[in-house]
Amino acid sequence: MAERKIRVLIAKPGLDGHDRGAKVIARALRDAGMEVIYTGLRQTPEMIAEAALQEDVKIVGLSILSGAHNALVPAVIDKLAEAGLDDVKVFVGGIIPENDIPGLMAHGVYAVYGPGTDTTKVAEDIKTALQTQPD
Amino acid sequence: MNPLDPAALRQGNRLALSRALTAVENGDPAGQDLISALFPHTGDAHLIGVTGAPGTGKSTLVNQLARALRKDAKTGEQLKIAIIAVDPTSPFTGGALLGDRIRMQDLTGDSGIFIRSMASRGALGGLAHSTAAFTTLLDGAGFDLILIETVGAGQAEVDIAQLAHTVIVVEAPGLGDDIQAIKAGILEIADILVVNKSDQPGAENTVRALSAMLSMAQGGGSLPLASKHLRQSQPGHAKSAEPIPGWQTPVQSVIATEGQGIADLVKAIQAHGDYLRQTGLWQVKEAQRLEKDLQSLIQDKVMQDWQKSVDPDRYTKTLEDLIQRKLSPMAALQLLT
Ligand SMILES: Nc1nc2c(ncn2[C@@H]2O[C@H](COP(=O)(O)OP(=O)(O)OP(=O)(O)O)[C@@H](O)[C@H]2O)c(=O)[nH]1
Ligand SMILES: [Mg+2]
Repeated sequence: MAERKIRVLIAKPGLDGHDRGAKVIARALRDAGMEVIYTGLRQTPEMIAEAALQEDVKIVGLSILSGAHNALVPAVIDKLAEAGLDDVKVFVGGIIPENDIPGLMAHGVYAVYGPGTDTTKVAEDIKTALQTQPD
Repeated sequence: MNPLDPAALRQGNRLALSRALTAVENGDPAGQDLISALFPHTGDAHLIGVTGAPGTGKSTLVNQLARALRKDAKTGEQLKIAIIAVDPTSPFTGGALLGDRIRMQDLTGDSGIFIRSMASRGALGGLAHSTAAFTTLLDGAGFDLILIETVGAGQAEVDIAQLAHTVIVVEAPGLGDDIQAIKAGILEIADILVVNKSDQPGAENTVRALSAMLSMAQGGGSLPLASKHLRQSQPGHAKSAEPIPGWQTPVQSVIATEGQGIADLVKAIQAHGDYLRQTGLWQVKEAQRLEKDLQSLIQDKVMQDWQKSVDPDRYTKTLEDLIQRKLSPMAALQLLT
């Protein structure tokens, strides 16, 4: 009855109003046996970091379609660090131009997923990302 | 920082609190130690349960309540508020989608409010196994009010009635007929009935039907609703002396999305808290809950000890004899204990 579960926060920073992709990912991760906290649209980096702290997630997934990823992703990662959550791993999903991916990875994102990504891969990558982390 | 340091929790370190909740949820022994350390500092928080069928607006209501309850009406002092929001774990995958925070976005950025989502992890009564332990941690961490949103199961949530001091049952017009409500026993557990979505057609009918049922229950029956706390209280020593003037369960119309009716609801919650304290029912309820918790811990322990002590072959053999009716259940018991 007492068991460990992978807890994931799926958040949508920025101003675009479409969360279909975020919901698809959230459901897929639930179906992979994870506990997925979904916070809804238009989250600021501060709100995301605060939710991650309160929920004690080890993974944060950011869904971004607005094109503002180069500003939003580093802002979220900075806020997580400020909150003392340096150990939280971040992935990004959405429409991200190929050229921007290295920059995001350099900021500490462990994976970037484009439209049509197989969701089972997202779940597998989470498990791998957590294994490389000292418990 | 030691994440499971009770001092850090008592000083209001939110990261420490969050990690502690996880430890308790995962059955980590360090979590139990922490609860033991904090336990003497608990018992003051007002636990408020919010229950009701799926989609009736529980989360939206909790969002409004948390904002409205932040300031103490009497002292003007800022109160610290915690929210535990429970959603169901899928029995097929073991995963869960915890979406109650979507309706609680107004509360982020307020350092006096802490929200934690919880998956039910197989528990069936509308809460998770460790919800009660969460309230101990949050109480010990100095939260004055703890709002607990149950899984929207739409039937009698006995667990929340046991855990919370004040139970708010949320109804909405048009969601199943009202007779359903009686069947599910909500009148038994509700300290306050809320008809949410009063902007929608049929709300007045729902209010009328619920009020009628309440007055029937309070008027004619042999077990007046008002004394439900006393009725439950037969735990040996926590004795209920003479009857205390009862609590009249109010029916309140609310539009949670617009904040309408929230001020009155807050008054009702405070009045119920005062009622419990003045009548001594607060202590009675705590005593009952603690005794029940203790008994279930004893049961678990005795069962574990017995399992360790019994010879598995002897158990299998005895069970077979029982099934073949060579032994009666009582005789089997005597052989195995
Ligand atoms: N018209 C109207 N809609 C409301 C009101 N309160 C909540 N809602 C809507 O009802 C829907 C469900 O609200 P929630 O607060 O998520 O309901 P819930 O009971 O927490 O749902 P579960 O946790 O899934 O059981 C949302 O779309 C809300 O916006 C209200 O007073 N009037
Ligand atoms: Mg809800």
